[in-house]
Amino acid sequence: MEKDTIAAISTPIGEGAIAIVRLSGEEAVSIVNPLFDGKDLTNVDSHTIHYGKLLDPVTSEMVEEVMVTVMKGPKTFTKEDVIEINCHGGLASVNRLLEIVLSRGARLAEPGEFTKRAFLNGRIDLSQAEAVMDLIRAKTDKAMNIALKQLDGKLSKLVNQLRQSLIETVAHVEVNIDYPEYDDVEEMSHQLLREKTEEVYQEVERLLSMARQGKILREGIATAIIGRPNVGKSSLLNALVHETKAIVTDIPGTTRDVIEEYVNIRGIPLRLVDTAGIRETEDIVEKIGVERSRKVLKESDLILLVLNYGETLSDEDRQLFEAIKGLEYIVIVNKTDLPQALDIDEVKRLAGNQKVITTALIEDKGIDQLEDAIAETFFAGDIDSGDLTYVSNVRHIQLLQQTMKALEDAKGAIDAGMPIDLVQIDVTRAWELLGEIVGDTVQDSLIDQLFSQFCLGK
Amino acid sequence: MSTYEAGQYDVIVVGAGHAGVEAAYAAAKRGAKTLMLTMNLDMIAFMPCNPSIGGPAKGIVVREIDALGGLMGKVIDKTYIQMRMLNTGKGPAVRALRAQADKPLYIQEMKKALEQESNITLRQGMVEKLVIEDGKCQGVITETKALYRAKSVIITTGTFMRGRVIIGDISYESGPNNQRASVKLAENLEELGFELVRFKTGTPPRVINHSIDYSKTEIQPGDENPQHFSYETTEAITDQIPCWLTYTNENTHNIINENLGLSAMYSGMIKGTGPRYCPSIEDKIVRFHDKPRHQIFLEPEGRNTEEVYVQGLSTSLPEYVQREILRSIPGLEEAEIMRAGYAIEYDAVVPTQLWPTLEVKNVEGVFTAGQINGTSGYEEAAGQGIMAGINAAAKALNKDTLILDRSQAYIGVLIDDLVTKGTNEPYRLLTSRAEYRLLLRHDNADLRLTDIGYKLGLISEERYQRFEEKKRLIEEEKQRLQEIRLKPTEQLQSLMEQIGGTRLKDGILAYDLLKRPEVTYDIIDQVCPPELDLADDVKEQVEIQIKYQGYIVKSNQQVDRMKKMENKLIPDNIDYDAISGIATEAREKLKKVRPLSVAQASRIAGVNPADVSILLVYIEQGNVAKVSNE
Ligand SMILES: Cc1cc2nc3c(=O)[nH]c(=O)nc-3n(C[C@H](O)[C@H](O)[C@H](O)COP(=O)(O)OP(=O)(O)OC[C@H]3O[C@@H](n4cnc5c(N)ncnc54)[C@H](O)[C@@H]3O)c2cc1C
Repeated sequence: MEKDTIAAISTPIGEGAIAIVRLSGEEAVSIVNPLFDGKDLTNVDSHTIHYGKLLDPVTSEMVEEVMVTVMKGPKTFTKEDVIEINCHGGLASVNRLLEIVLSRGARLAEPGEFTKRAFLNGRIDLSQAEAVMDLIRAKTDKAMNIALKQLDGKLSKLVNQLRQSLIETVAHVEVNIDYPEYDDVEEMSHQLLREKTEEVYQEVERLLSMARQGKILREGIATAIIGRPNVGKSSLLNALVHETKAIVTDIPGTTRDVIEEYVNIRGIPLRLVDTAGIRETEDIVEKIGVERSRKVLKESDLILLVLNYGETLSDEDRQLFEAIKGLEYIVIVNKTDLPQALDIDEVKRLAGNQKVITTALIEDKGIDQLEDAIAETFFAGDIDSGDLTYVSNVRHIQLLQQTMKALEDAKGAIDAGMPIDLVQIDVTRAWELLGEIVGDTVQDSLIDQLFSQFCLGK
Repeated sequence: MSTYEAGQYDVIVVGAGHAGVEAAYAAAKRGAKTLMLTMNLDMIAFMPCNPSIGGPAKGIVVREIDALGGLMGKVIDKTYIQMRMLNTGKGPAVRALRAQADKPLYIQEMKKALEQESNITLRQGMVEKLVIEDGKCQGVITETKALYRAKSVIITTGTFMRGRVIIGDISYESGPNNQRASVKLAENLEELGFELVRFKTGTPPRVINHSIDYSKTEIQPGDENPQHFSYETTEAITDQIPCWLTYTNENTHNIINENLGLSAMYSGMIKGTGPRYCPSIEDKIVRFHDKPRHQIFLEPEGRNTEEVYVQGLSTSLPEYVQREILRSIPGLEEAEIMRAGYAIEYDAVVPTQLWPTLEVKNVEGVFTAGQINGTSGYEEAAGQGIMAGINAAAKALNKDTLILDRSQAYIGVLIDDLVTKGTNEPYRLLTSRAEYRLLLRHDNADLRLTDIGYKLGLISEERYQRFEEKKRLIEEEKQRLQEIRLKPTEQLQSLMEQIGGTRLKDGILAYDLLKRPEVTYDIIDQVCPPELDLADDVKEQVEIQIKYQGYIVKSNQQVDRMKKMENKLIPDNIDYDAISGIATEAREKLKKVRPLSVAQASRIAGVNPADVSILLVYIEQGNVAKVSNE
């Protein structure tokens, strides 16, 4: 059977308090064991559950407390060795876990692949073959849809530019190889190839580290709700939670002292953070002062500042404005059901170019506008984020990381003085990987490039 | 039409071009009684275009043919006028030999090799018809009404089918070089349901040697120590003949632009699709109009002829314009044309109609090979020829067929591309078509394929013993280098400095030393030579295998992954219409190509990974049924 080990998140996000990363394949145990601070998983009975910590393979720091289920083949769903890592369902944590196992050699499962393996390994009987095929089709079509939607974005534009730059470089190398006597192009030198590779490498790196949208999708938008007492912060929280059936994670028995809540706004995960361990953010400024609270609040990607429509602007409100100056925030003027006392113009002046919206949360009014404002702030309206699922994003991230690795290999080979045509193998690989992001892997394009870029022939 | 019974054979090869000769020879060597029918016995393995064999990718094919026991390498090694190793400054995977051939001598030597093979009967004749009964091939009928019978027939008619030569506004029915066109056979194939396509190629004018002023050109000599294609060649040809390089100029381009309307290519006379990689000179000027000059190589056609091939000037402009163009070029001011350049259009078989054995899917026992399958080039033709010969003999004699996969040989890449993807222009091999090119090197063709050639009976016992010995020496030497730890002695340190490397910090295994890019086997020879001096090809192999081990291992892993899918066979009786999940486009393609394995299916354009998964699930049903009944 297929030997490689696949991994995926096996619980739909937002549908349960516990999320599971599942691995299947020969190396399932050997991939997870070194990451697991707890029992030696190679030495436990099949079908047992173990509590422990999952460690970051690079820093060895704890990423998450997890429960790991070890199931040895053939008595598993896929008949292969299966590991399930249970963690509390935070989007950030489960994605992070998936990324880590992928970085340790697991491959992101294709749509329907666990079922396909189960079938191919004889776990599902013949009568269900039809259903398996339908499932693959359906899941693939869905994934394709999402992928296509994303293709309109800036990402695909950038990726295509990078690919073009790579393929021109590769064609240049190829023309040197296939037409050694062709005098029109200078010989691709190690230095030139290094420059070209480096250029793309840096772009990919930038994409990976700075792509805010990518980060947001992976980790959620760290969001703090602040405001004086009684302006409606809890109603806002409840409204968001209610609206999106958010998961409120509070796993008993764990030692976590920070509680995070996730809500899903138009497909954008908001991570409602507890700033500085001070749950009641109304007294944040009072407790730790403007400067320090600024520092704390800076760690959020988004701040929701709630004001009361029925009261005039207080000093405390002004201090809050001061504390969040220069940060990304949205002002929510709540309780428009009350008679107006607040000077909206002043609020708008204080807010500058940040958005100000009005709500009457008690009457369920204004939530839509708030969601619009959030989506707009983070996606500038050019991605239909409602259809973005984090899985395809993990996929993109994985591909980008592999691209970086390929380019790193290329750079290493150049520095080691390897012949250009070997270096080129890694460069071509990078081009193919980027192609997988935009769904274009046709090999013939290299040959097309060759003949359109150069005038060749006898 | 009454025919006469002219003989019974195992295999009949129609055509004696580069595909035909290899096909006949391989079939004969496998033990098949083989008839070779060709239009003109003086034109066996004639080169209608450039007088050269080899080059990037193509040169590796020649080596592969030789490793399998074919003829091309041996014959060119006997008849070259110049030999060069190309890409020496690059990595081992892309090095390639290229020979300038003595064309008339090549024909003679090839003819002799066939005449001396006892299983081959050579006969002149024009084949007009295939004899097919119940969808199976029974033999062929010639123009002179001879009926030859055989279970397998290989058609290798090159550019002859409904050939049409075009020079300016003149056009006439003809094969290459004014040989007869093969019209009846084309009609017959059409009747039999073959899907044909119209392709085009062209050739430049030839001029007479003494009309060229070489002082205005640059010399292009051969290598001082020529290497060879064949693993059997022991002696080099010493008196090599140079080629010469000159350039077109603005004046040339003006003449072409002024006369563009007269070019058959631009006047609409030519309907066939030409290859992008050998454009005519008018094509080059139009598509790359800002290039100030193009290279023109002057290549002698042989030792005993004054004819010189003008590479770079392929054209279908009228003869008088060709003369004007030539005379605008430095060194060719007085050039006398011996033959004008021309374009030729011809019918080719759409290659997706073939199995990877090169047998035609719809007509059992008929194989096609060479330019008739939509390729271009002598080496591409020869590579298909040897495979068709091997498989046609297998068919006739009930022996094993042979399909080379993409990790085994460029020949495998070539045939897989053809039968899986088809082609919409004459197909030429390029190194970039091979995804495992690091494995498909010029230097290891013997290691890849000699075993196969030997098992097929194409490699002699004596040669096989030599090969085994070479393999043993390579392994032993690699082992030895693993066991020698070199101390950082002054001798070694100064050697390292001499070759521009860094000094050693510590002792190092000889094996690891050789891994460094700047270290060649020469260094090993200096610091820890083996007891007995090794042959150059053994040293080369040891060096390459050690130095590029990292890359080779990576490539091998890719191959392993592919092999898994390659081993999942698709039953011949599969009904693609019964698999509901497969996308419509993929279904149509699968029905047409009828891939043999899941891997092949996955390479068809338009078949997506999801379709492949579904296909896999579908064909595994049988196995699953077994498992779940346990
Ligand atoms: C004008 C021209 C330009 C070319 N330019 C290039 C180039 O630039 N680069 C390149 O790589 N390749 C070029 N080629 C292609 C190269 O010559 C061919 O690819 C190669 O020769 C094909 O080999 P083959 O064995 O398939 O066919 P051929 O060499 O054409 O041999 C066909 C054989 O079949 C015989 N035959 C045909 N019909 C019948 C019949 N009915 N009965 C019996 N015998 C028959 C012929 O007599 C001949 O022996 C060119 C070819 C031509 C004609």
